[in-house]
Amino acid sequence: MAEMIRKREPETVPQEGVATQERTLSLPQGETGAEQSARRWLSTILVYAAVAGLLLLLGWGLVKVNSGQVDSGLAPDFTITGFEGETITLSELRGRPVIINFWASWCPPCREEAPYLEATWRKYKDLGVVFIGVDYADTESKALEYIEEFDITYFNGPDLGTRISQAYRMDGVPETYFVAKNGELRGVHVGPLYPPKLDEKIEELLAEEYP
Amino acid sequence: MLANIGLAALTVSFLLGIYATAVSAYGGWRGDARGLALAESARNATLLVVPFLTISVLVVTYALYSLDFRLAYVAGVSSRAMSPFLRLTALWGGQAGSLLFWSWLMAGFVATVLWRKWEADHELMPYFIAVAMLTTTFFIGLVVFITNPFAQLWHLTGSGEIVEAVFRPAGAIAFVPPDGNGLNPLLRHFGMIGHPPTTYLGFTGFVIPFAFAISALLTGKSREDQWIRTSRRWTLVAWIFLSIGLVLGGRWAYDVLGWGGFWGWDPVENAMLMPWLTGTAFLHSVMITEKRGMLKVWSVILIILTYALALFGTFITRTGVISSVHAFGKTALGPVFFVFIAVTFFGSIWLLLKRLDTLKTEHELESFLSREAAFLFQNLLFLAITFVVFLGTVFPLLSEAVTGTKITVGPPYFQKATGPLFGALVLMMATAPLFAWRKQSAGRLGRAIFTPFIGSILIAGVWGYTHRMHPGSYFALWVASFVVIAILFEFYKGIRARMKRGENPLVALARLVGRNHRRYGGYVIHLGVMMIGLAFIGDIYFQDETQRALARGESMTLGEYELRFDDLEMYPGSDGREVLEATTSLFRDGEFVANLNPRRDFFVVQQQPMTIPDVYTTAAEDIYVLLVGWEEVGLTSSTFKIYRNPLILWAWVGGLVLILGTGIAVWPEARRKKQTSYVLKPTTRAATAARPATGD
Amino acid sequence: MAEMTKRPWFLPLLLLLTALAFVPAVRAQDRVIGDDEVNAVAKNLYCPVCPNTPLDVCETQACQDWRAEIRIQLSSGWTEEEVMAYFVERYGERVLAEPERGGFTSLVWILPVVALVVGLAIVIQALRSWRARKQQAVAGDVAALAADAGTVSPEARARIERELQDLL
Repeated sequence: MAEMIRKREPETVPQEGVATQERTLSLPQGETGAEQSARRWLSTILVYAAVAGLLLLLGWGLVKVNSGQVDSGLAPDFTITGFEGETITLSELRGRPVIINFWASWCPPCREEAPYLEATWRKYKDLGVVFIGVDYADTESKALEYIEEFDITYFNGPDLGTRISQAYRMDGVPETYFVAKNGELRGVHVGPLYPPKLDEKIEELLAEEYP
Repeated sequence: MLANIGLAALTVSFLLGIYATAVSAYGGWRGDARGLALAESARNATLLVVPFLTISVLVVTYALYSLDFRLAYVAGVSSRAMSPFLRLTALWGGQAGSLLFWSWLMAGFVATVLWRKWEADHELMPYFIAVAMLTTTFFIGLVVFITNPFAQLWHLTGSGEIVEAVFRPAGAIAFVPPDGNGLNPLLRHFGMIGHPPTTYLGFTGFVIPFAFAISALLTGKSREDQWIRTSRRWTLVAWIFLSIGLVLGGRWAYDVLGWGGFWGWDPVENAMLMPWLTGTAFLHSVMITEKRGMLKVWSVILIILTYALALFGTFITRTGVISSVHAFGKTALGPVFFVFIAVTFFGSIWLLLKRLDTLKTEHELESFLSREAAFLFQNLLFLAITFVVFLGTVFPLLSEAVTGTKITVGPPYFQKATGPLFGALVLMMATAPLFAWRKQSAGRLGRAIFTPFIGSILIAGVWGYTHRMHPGSYFALWVASFVVIAILFEFYKGIRARMKRGENPLVALARLVGRNHRRYGGYVIHLGVMMIGLAFIGDIYFQDETQRALARGESMTLGEYELRFDDLEMYPGSDGREVLEATTSLFRDGEFVANLNPRRDFFVVQQQPMTIPDVYTTAAEDIYVLLVGWEEVGLTSSTFKIYRNPLILWAWVGGLVLILGTGIAVWPEARRKKQTSYVLKPTTRAATAARPATGD
Repeated sequence: MAEMTKRPWFLPLLLLLTALAFVPAVRAQDRVIGDDEVNAVAKNLYCPVCPNTPLDVCETQACQDWRAEIRIQLSSGWTEEEVMAYFVERYGERVLAEPERGGFTSLVWILPVVALVVGLAIVIQALRSWRARKQQAVAGDVAALAADAGTVSPEARARIERELQDLL
């Protein structure tokens, strides 16, 4: 058990009375110094890159979480198929103000604004205003029941795959987005709409010149 | 006003923290006697932070208790309907209070470490204080500047808005609401007293080994080993708190969420699990470092990684970057926090790479069949599991960033991806303690494994024969019984050996454990972990459920159990809730066993329902009953859901065993401090040359 | 008897046969779906609007509607895959509890395997090189030992024996 007694030296430090053994370089078999430092360089870069990548991702997530709904600039375009089969594409509605309302049958505040929305639609529909009701994460049967209950006559369609709500960074129903004649967003109203807010907004949008 | 005192105390503690950080950093940079004297001053400042933060904490707590709605925080989380107990726990019920609480705990930890004069590591003290206080001051700063619990509500006379601010905005008058919102109903539970504090103690505790590691690297003392020993002790403290926090969190979720399980793989839960995994890996790899002087680089990497994951965990919890059921409300914390973790991550890596040479030692391995090799593979498994959990947690964010599609990574993924790894880990837990250091003879290993192996095969075989179920469950049970038998066998062998010298079994057990706290404490910890593992096995493979609508007097069955719906009544409960309570009778094989009363509580103000189960617990299984549906009018028919959760009691028992084991392991041994004439590990060249080859 | 209304004699039989033809279709519509079957499918789906909540335990009105929808679909004979495909189409991929194996999300399944393999390779390589170094060292030791046999004094040897004994 001489091993337990003698403490072996890692490097060749001379000890009295002990024949020192020449050691080869303590590198893994078959690697040169240049290869080892290349390996070290690579691992360093990889580690920094991984951490930087993670931070980039977290930073992006942070920006996303802190940014609210899309309420300015060009309104994100989409195509939506209504419950009755017809299709609308937002960008084809240039020249007319568009009111995009996100709702769901399971949403109590949506029920509060439903009659007001329908009444306002009837008031302005002959002036060229377009109402698009986007049904968010809902079941078709319940949605149709809702439409019938409030006797809604403007266009309504499901947000398939929740793509539209994601494009607008919608946070929760109900939300209403106001699109001007030139396709730009003029703000968003979060929560149920009460009179005369919607009328006022539509008047503003109608008053805008186009082209 | 009391709040002013609290705010002043908070501000003072922040200034003290800045002073401590700056002075100790400068002292460390100087590195001479004057530097050490400066560090002394910084130490005093650090110790002073604690009483000042305590004052702030007490002020907020009192305000919550006495319903002082002038403070916006109190209005946010306290309410007249809440019991005094809940009002106290509301200290950590919202972002601002919980950050204050966190800072207080962290400062307490740092002060505790600094309390006794440092002899062995006094050269590390300046940088230790600098790093630890930089972190603590950062968190205090978040409380002072961004989410301040002493902010009040103001009514802006111009726009009519209500805003929150510490100091009065121009043209505003103080607004005091008549009642507060109260705690989120899910938090109004006894678990609130246990889970957050222990979790926070776990998280904040990891700053200690981190500060040690960084200060060792900065001073070059990383060439020596003493600081790793100190780090290990403090890591164990943080680790046990985190473990308790995990178990309590699971218990709370089980009692209150109504999902029938105790672990949901939610991002915030994963955020707690990851530092626990790497912390456990560290507690093992550091044994190699202590015994053989190897793997120092790896141990330091693990310390830094554990702390980084703890920071990452608290970041995603408090900023809501990854969506979770545990989310706090939105605040402005994100950007500053982000900068802090970026600096911490990059700084630690840069420092580690720069001082890598101080840590490297010659590694030598006798045989693949040795404890060193076993620990290495075990560490690999822990890291692999951590990687999977991390990937699964972060992937939804990544997927949305790259493809724009939102996805969910849920329990089925985590179970499938980590299951085999955990299985391998448990297998190692059974066998690795039987491996000797340096080289294990295969013959001896075979003999040691023989009894547990055969015993566990028998158990799994008998079980499999009597209960035909999912094949994966046989393997899981085999592995679990392997571990338990192996551990008990170790105790048995030791006791039997001592009994041969004439001791009775109890004395033998006491002396056996007393002689080697770490080893036998470790065995008990493994036993506790395996018990918790059993609960997971029961949950994944053997859980059963059923749901049915019942009229009064009707019954539903689940296996040999029968549940009869007796009555349903509605009444107002404590805390501003409306309670809908069902009375049911549980029968087993026809015999009456218990009355179970599952409830649905509805919190009127928050418009939030809470489903509270009632549970019949035995050692073998829990029968967990939920009221999931009822008829609004007439209260005649109700829908019940029954879960059969086998072995779940062992999760809680295992938690207690874990605490017991850790207590045994850390209990100082009454050893005579005798120098032995041989050393089992090579130390540094300098130390070796200084010490003679033989003799004291 | 001559003035009886002319009715085809086979009419009642025809009516009976026609009625019988409808019976199987009616039975398919009427399959009663218990809560357990609904939950079994809902278990693999997540609520589209609540964060990280499985569909079988979620208590909101919306989730109840969705479970009712699943019940209707199952009773119409849909398979579990069809129900899940419908949910994905309507509400997006996030309703799936487990990420899909194809496309970008395949990474979440592949990367752990890659990481484990790479880790294993690193560990084995490290262990091998350490063992090789040890073997070199042992060779050196054997030579050194032969050179200075007898440096262990009897006193030291006795003391070691004593200390070993104390350890027990």
